[in-house]
Amino acid sequence: MIQAILVFNNHGKPRLVRFYQRFPEEIQQQIVRETFHLVLKRDDNICNFLEGGSLIGGSDYKLIYRHYATLYFVFCVDSSESELGILDLIQVFVETLDKCFENVCELDLIFHMDKVHYILQEVVMGGMVLETNMNEIVAQMDAQSRLEKSEGGLSAAPARAVSAVKNINLPEIPRNINIGDLNIKVPNLSQFV
Amino acid sequence: MSDIVERTLTALPGLFLQSPPGSGPAAAKAPFSSRLGGLVRGVTALTSKHEEEKLIQQELSSLKATVSAPTTTLKMMKECMVRLIYCEMLGYDASFGYIHAIKLAQQGNLLEKRVGYLAVSLFLHESHELLLLLVNTVVKDLQSTNLVEVCMALTVVSQIFPREMIPAVLPLIEDKLQHSKEIIRRKAVLALYKFHLIAPNQVQHIHVKFRKALCDRDVGVMAASLHIYLRMIKENASGYKDLTGSFVTILKQVVGGKLPVDFNYHSVPAPWLQIQLLRILGLLGKDDQRTSELMYDVLDESLRRAELNHNITYAILFECVHTVYSIYPKSELLEKAAKCIGKFVLSPKINLKYLGLKALTYVVQQDPTLALQHQMTIIECLDHPDPIIKRETLELLYRITNSQNVTVIVQKMLEYLHQSKEEYIIVNLVGKIAELAEKYAPDNAWFIQTMNAVFSVGGDVMHPDIPSNFLRLLAEGFEDETEDQQLRVYAVQSYLSLLDAENALIYPQRFLQVMSWVLGEYSYLLDKEKPEEVINRLYKLLMNDSISSETKAWLIAAVTKLTPQAQTSSTVERIIQEFTGSLDTCMRQQTFELKHLYENVEVMKNLLPVNKSCEDLVVDASLSFLDGYVAEGLSQGAAPYKPHHQRQEEKLSQEKVLNFEPYGLSFSSGFTGRQSPAGISLGSDISGNSAETGLKETNSLKLEGVKKLWGKQGYLPKKESKAGDETEAPPVPAESTALENVDQAVPKRDQAQVLTQSREEREKQLLASSLFVGLGSESAINLLGKADTISHKFRRKSKVKEAKSRDVASTHNLTCPSLNSLSNVAYEENDYLTTLQDRGNTEAKEFPLGSELLVSESVSELPLAECSLSAPALFADSDMEVFHPPASAAASIALASSFLEETTEDMRSGPVEVCGDETVTVSSYKLWKEDCLLMVWSVAAKNGSELKSASLDIFPAENFQISEQAGCCLPVTEVGNTKTFQYSLQMESPFTEETLSGSITYQMVDTHAVQLEFSLNLSLLDFIRPLTISTEDFGKLWLSFANDVKQNVKIPEPQASLLSALKTLQQKLRLHVVDVRGSEGLLACRLLPSTSGLLHCRVHADGLSLWFRSSCSALPDCLLYQCQKALEGS
Repeated sequence: MIQAILVFNNHGKPRLVRFYQRFPEEIQQQIVRETFHLVLKRDDNICNFLEGGSLIGGSDYKLIYRHYATLYFVFCVDSSESELGILDLIQVFVETLDKCFENVCELDLIFHMDKVHYILQEVVMGGMVLETNMNEIVAQMDAQSRLEKSEGGLSAAPARAVSAVKNINLPEIPRNINIGDLNIKVPNLSQFV
Repeated sequence: MSDIVERTLTALPGLFLQSPPGSGPAAAKAPFSSRLGGLVRGVTALTSKHEEEKLIQQELSSLKATVSAPTTTLKMMKECMVRLIYCEMLGYDASFGYIHAIKLAQQGNLLEKRVGYLAVSLFLHESHELLLLLVNTVVKDLQSTNLVEVCMALTVVSQIFPREMIPAVLPLIEDKLQHSKEIIRRKAVLALYKFHLIAPNQVQHIHVKFRKALCDRDVGVMAASLHIYLRMIKENASGYKDLTGSFVTILKQVVGGKLPVDFNYHSVPAPWLQIQLLRILGLLGKDDQRTSELMYDVLDESLRRAELNHNITYAILFECVHTVYSIYPKSELLEKAAKCIGKFVLSPKINLKYLGLKALTYVVQQDPTLALQHQMTIIECLDHPDPIIKRETLELLYRITNSQNVTVIVQKMLEYLHQSKEEYIIVNLVGKIAELAEKYAPDNAWFIQTMNAVFSVGGDVMHPDIPSNFLRLLAEGFEDETEDQQLRVYAVQSYLSLLDAENALIYPQRFLQVMSWVLGEYSYLLDKEKPEEVINRLYKLLMNDSISSETKAWLIAAVTKLTPQAQTSSTVERIIQEFTGSLDTCMRQQTFELKHLYENVEVMKNLLPVNKSCEDLVVDASLSFLDGYVAEGLSQGAAPYKPHHQRQEEKLSQEKVLNFEPYGLSFSSGFTGRQSPAGISLGSDISGNSAETGLKETNSLKLEGVKKLWGKQGYLPKKESKAGDETEAPPVPAESTALENVDQAVPKRDQAQVLTQSREEREKQLLASSLFVGLGSESAINLLGKADTISHKFRRKSKVKEAKSRDVASTHNLTCPSLNSLSNVAYEENDYLTTLQDRGNTEAKEFPLGSELLVSESVSELPLAECSLSAPALFADSDMEVFHPPASAAASIALASSFLEETTEDMRSGPVEVCGDETVTVSSYKLWKEDCLLMVWSVAAKNGSELKSASLDIFPAENFQISEQAGCCLPVTEVGNTKTFQYSLQMESPFTEETLSGSITYQMVDTHAVQLEFSLNLSLLDFIRPLTISTEDFGKLWLSFANDVKQNVKIPEPQASLLSALKTLQQKLRLHVVDVRGSEGLLACRLLPSTSGLLHCRVHADGLSLWFRSSCSALPDCLLYQCQKALEGS
C-alpha cells in the first residue's frame, strides 16, 4: 500500500501532499521536511530507493522517488509494493500530468493544485493503485473537464445545463475484452458467476 | 518526457520575474478567482520563513472572514477551499474551514462538490468528529443517477470514512459491484477493500462478491480485486489455495498477450497486473508442493517472455525471481532465476544493482554459492558511494556471517556505523553487530572490544535487550569455568582502562551502567587492583553532574557490592555522607542501606556474597515467618485476612450505587509500580510496615517484592530482575560456537589469477576471500546451513528442559501470573523437538516427555462423531406457540428454568482435515472444555505404513496462549500409524476470528522428515462458555462493568421471537439464559479464562435491542457481531 505521495521542488517547498495513512499535522510537515533532506542529499545518478527511517514506520517502508527538473516526486510505500513498479507508476503519473496540462511545469502544479489532486485520485485511490493506463486516466479527466465547461454555461441557461449534467456519460472506452478469443476465462469460478 | 518538463521549467524563473514585485498584498484587490495565483505569487516572492508566516496568517484571517460571511456564494467558497488547501499544505492550521468544506460537499453543484470532497479528504482523518456530518451526503451521492457523483462518493469513501458508519453505506456499495460501468465497479471494489482493512468483521459476508469481482469481464475490476486477494492471502494462504488455478490462468493470458493493446505499457502487457499476480502466486505456493506445481509453467513462461528492454520488465523479472524462490523449489526454475539475479547484480544501473543485492539477501540462505559467484561485485558495492547500496550489502553480509568471516564483516559494519548519523540506522546495525558478536565471537578480547564499540556508539538508543543479554552472558557463563573467568577478567580490565581515560564521561549512560555492574560483580577477580581503587573510580563518576540518576543508582549498587571486600574505605564514608542528604529519594534510600550495612560488616558479607549473582535464592512464598505475628494479631481481636477481591465484592454488595474500584486498583498498582533500581527494598522491613503489608498483599506480590531485593542479581534494576526469568532464551555462548567451528576446514580461494591483477584488485580479492570464507566448499555450506543452526538450538536444551519442569505446575494453574511465559515455553519446546527430529532417531529416543504416556481416552475415540454442538432441542415447534406474547409470568419462569439446562459434557467439533499429502493426513478437532479450548491434531498414515515419528509446531500467535497438555503428547504411538497432539488454548484479547497456523513434521520408517503446514480458523465462539449466575448476581455485575455497547437488530416478528432469539443465542453462542421477564431477557457468558460478558435484550416494536456489558472493552463489540450473525442467520 502507498502510505504517502509527496511532491516538492528543489527548495523543499511542498507542491502536493497526500497522505493515505493518518499522521498528525505536525508529523506530516516533519515527514515532508525530512524526506526532502533525505532526497536532496542524493545525487541523480544513485539509486531511487531510500529507507524511510523511523519517521514513517521503520524498515518495512521505502521511499521511492524521481527527480524531474525542479520537482521531486516521492512515493512512500510499504513492502507489499514493487519498487520498480512504483518507479514506473511515478512516470505514468508525470506523463499523465504532462498530457493533461500540455507540457506540465511546476507552475501548473501550483495553480491547478485541485486538478492535480483529481488526476492523482484516478491513479491512486485510498493508497491502492487504481489505474495505470494513461489513456484511461486522461479520458476520465476529459470527462470531468467537459463537465466543467457545461458548468460554465450553467448560470446562462440553468435548465439546459442541468439536463446536460444529468445526462453526462463517461466515455465508452474500447476496453471490453469479452470478444472471441480475448475473453479472460476463469475456469474454477463459474459457480460464483 | 522529462526533457519537456525540464525545458518548460527552465523558463520558470522568467515567469516569476514578470510578475510585479509585491504583488501579494495587491492581490487582495484582484478578482476573486485569481486570488490563489496572487497568494502563490506572494509566497514565492518572499525570502524568509517569517515573512511567509505573516502573509499566510493574513491570508487565513481574510479567508476566515470570507467563509463565515453569509453573503459568500458557493462559488466563492470553492475558491476559498482551494486556497485553504494550499495553506494547509504549507503546514498552517485552517481548521476553521473544515466545516465549510463539508457544507460545500453537501450543498454545492458537481464542481463545488468535487472541491468540497477533495478538501474534506485532505483535511480530516478517519476519526474526526466532523466526518459524521458527511455520511448523509455520501449516502445521497451513492444513490445519485449521476455517474460523476457516484465516483466522487466512492473516492471519498475509500480515502476516509468513519469506521462505525460503514453499515450505513455498505449495502449501497455492494450494489455498485453490479453497476454497468466498469469504473464504478472498480472503485466500489477498492472501497470495499478499504473497509476490509479498517473493519474486516463488517465485510466478512461479501467474500463471495470479491470472487465475482475477480472474474469480472473488465480487466480493471479484476485487477482491483487482486489488492484484496493479495491481502487476504497474506493473512491466510491456506484458505485460498483453490484459486491458484484461476490466478495461473489469468497470468498465462496476460503474459501471452491476450489483453487489448490498451493495457500495454512500453509494449509490456499489463505489467502491474503481472507483478500483483506473481506476488499472490508466491504466497500461495509457499512450502506447498501441490500448489507450486501448478505454477511452474507460467513462471517459466514469464521468465522467458520478459525481454530486457525496459525498466518495467525488470520489475516483472524481479517479482518472478522472488516467487520462484518463495514457492516449493524446482531446480530448472531456480537455475534460471539465479541467472536473472546475476543480470541484476551485474547491471550498471544502480536501481537494478540494489534490487539484485536485495534478491541475493533473500536467496542466500537457500543457496550460499550464489553470493560466492558475485563476491567481487559485492566487494565493490561495499565501497559504493550510495549509502543505501552499502547498507543493503551489509545486510547481505550479515546473512552470510559464520565463525570464520565474522571479524571482517563486523569490522565493515562498525566502519559503516561510525559514518552514519541517523538514529534508525544505528539502532538497527548495533543490534545486528551485537547478535553476530554473541554468536560467532572468536575470542574474549575481540568480543569485549566489539561490545564496547556497540555500547559506546549505540549508547542510549539501542535496544535495551542488548546490554541485559550481555550481562546475563557474563554472569551465567557457559560450560568452561576458566574461560568464563578469563572473559570476566578481560571485561573488568578493559572497563577500568576505559574509565581511566580522560574522556570517560562521554560514554553513554547505558554503557556506564554495564561497566558499573561488571565492576561491582567481578573486580575481585583482579589481583593487583584493590577494591578501594575501583570504588574511587566509581566515586569520581558519581560526583559528576552529567550522570543520570538511574546510572547513579547502578553506581551506588556497585559500590555497595564492593564495600565488604574493601574492609574500610574512606571513599565509602564520603559517599555515605554525600548522598544521605540527596534529594533523589532513590539515591537516598540506597545510601541509607549502604550506611546500615557498612556499620555491620558481617551481615553485609552474608548479604552480598562474592560471585553469587546467578544463584537462586529460596524464597519463603507462604511467608510462614509471619505466622506468629498473625496469630498474635488474631488473638488480640484483629479481623482475619480477606483477599483483595473478596473485600471488593463485599464493598460492592454493601453499596450498590458507588463503586470504589479505582481506589482498590491504585493501591495495588502503586505498590508494584515501585520497581526502581532500589526495588522494594530494606525500607519496607525497617520502617516496620512490612507486617501490615504482608497481611494485605497476596503472596505473589510479596514474593515479587522479596525477589527484587534479594534477587540473584543483587541490586540489579527492573529489567535485570525480570530477565532472570528462566524461561527466556539464554544468551548464546560465544565460546562454544567458536570451538565447534574451529575444526572446520578453511577453504582457500582459488588465487591463480591474483598474480596478474593490480594491487588494488588483489586487496579486494583478499577481502573477498576473508568475507566469503566458509561459503566455498560443500562441506562448509553444510556446516553453515545445518550444523550451525543445530548447535545453536541445541545449546538451549538444558534451559528449556529446566524451564519446562519448573512450569509444569503453572500449566495447570491457569491463573498463575507466570502464565504469560507459557506460550513461549511451548514454542521453544517445539523448536527443540524439531531439532531433535532433524538429528535423527537416536536423539528422538531421548525425547524428554517420555513415551510411556500413551493413548488417552480421547484418542481412542478417534474417529469422532460429528459435531455435537447443537444442544438438546429445548423447544419443539408446537411448544413455541404456547409462549406467544404477552407471555404469562408463570410461563416465562418455566421457560427460564428449561433454559437453565446446560449440557455438562464437554462438546467437540467433528474432525476436519487440515492438511496432508500422499502418505499422511492430518486432521484436527476442537474440544470445548470448561476451562479452555483443547485442540487435538492427529496425524494418520495412509495405507497402513508406519509413522516413525512426528512433531507438531504451532507458530506463535499474539492473540493466543498456547500450552501443550502435559502428558498427552505421544511421540510414538502403539498403533503405529496415528499420532495425536493436544494443545490447550486461551485467548489473550478478544477477536472475532483468528487464524492459528503451525506445521507438522513427520518421518516415515524409510524416508526423510517431511514438513506440512496447516492453519485453521478459530472464532470467538470457541472461547465463550456459559456463565451460570443468578439474576441478583447479574445485576451486581451489570453495575460493575464499564464497557457497554448497544445496538438494535431487526428481526422478523419481534413480538413473537424473543424466545426464539434467546434460544438461538443460547444454542449458537452458548450464552447462558439467566432470566426472562416479559419483553426482556438476560444472558451471561464467560470468555475464557475469566472475563464475563453480560447481555440484556429487550423486544420492541421493530426489533430487538441488544445491550452488552463487560469488564473487557473489546468483548462487547465482538459479541455483538456474533449475535448479529447468529440472529440474521436464524
